Amino acid sequence: MKIGVLTFPGTLDDVDAARAARYVDVEAVPLWHADEDLRGVDAVIVPGGFSYGDYLRCGAIARFAPVMTSVVEAAGKGMPVLGICNGFQILCEAGLLPGALVRNKKLHFVCRDQWLRVENATTAWTTRYEVGAEILVPLKSGEGGYVADQSTLDELAGEGRVVFRYAGSNPNGSRDDIAGICSANGRVVGLMPHPEHAIDALTGPSDDGLGMFYSVVDALVSA
Amino acid sequence: MARVVVDVMPKPEILDPQGQAVAGALPRLGFHGVTEVRQGKHFELEVDDSVDDDTLAKIAEGFLANPVIEEWTVRRLS
Repeated sequence: MKIGVLTFPGTLDDVDAARAARYVDVEAVPLWHADEDLRGVDAVIVPGGFSYGDYLRCGAIARFAPVMTSVVEAAGKGMPVLGICNGFQILCEAGLLPGALVRNKKLHFVCRDQWLRVENATTAWTTRYEVGAEILVPLKSGEGGYVADQSTLDELAGEGRVVFRYAGSNPNGSRDDIAGICSANGRVVGLMPHPEHAIDALTGPSDDGLGMFYSVVDALVSA
Repeated sequence: MARVVVDVMPKPEILDPQGQAVAGALPRLGFHGVTEVRQGKHFELEVDDSVDDDTLAKIAEGFLANPVIEEWTVRRLS
């Protein structure tokens, strides 16, 4: 089993994403932005950072990288894709997920350990959690405010496609306290906080994030 | 050759905290009477005669702006 981890110019968290894959005994395959070949991976993580320096808009240039053409095509065939932070922004820009991420309401870059409430435990990336469970993972972003038009927000809520909400105070002005959402088939998930930084109490606030990577292993095994 | 200007602005319903911060700073600088500021982006493109209006619209809609959160206008200056 292989999980591909994308690297764009300016990506920061590809190393931790690959480490998270190895923690659940999966081979992490580095995928370069300029290469269309997904190298036979079973799932893809689009990690955080500042792809292309966040020029124009966060994720706006990365979505046109050759590798993203292949990721969008693979997602269309049901491949699990996880976008974290800048990766979430890229998936929204690419049209794999609805809505957009905008500047934090109070303009400050937020860097803190953040409690999230699990709202959907049926996606390819969240079956190891229980609905209503709260997990503690780092949040570090300046443009993490989730926005979409009201009909999209209603659709996400109605179809159970809000995967995580911020527990406690809303850190960035996200509509409906949304921290993460999924595609209609539950295979593509994007979230602003960083589960890959919370896989070991030695290096993170908890190991609560590990469940996302075990979940996708379960999804791939049962496929 | 022509110069084309593309202006991109946050949609009215989208919160613009940067514009609000600018508006909030003006009274502290002694400038009163500015009731609202919206902040957007201004692009200047030098294009040759082969670039038609449809192409410019595609550039604006598909790349320079994100239609989920932004509105755009295209103007030919010359």
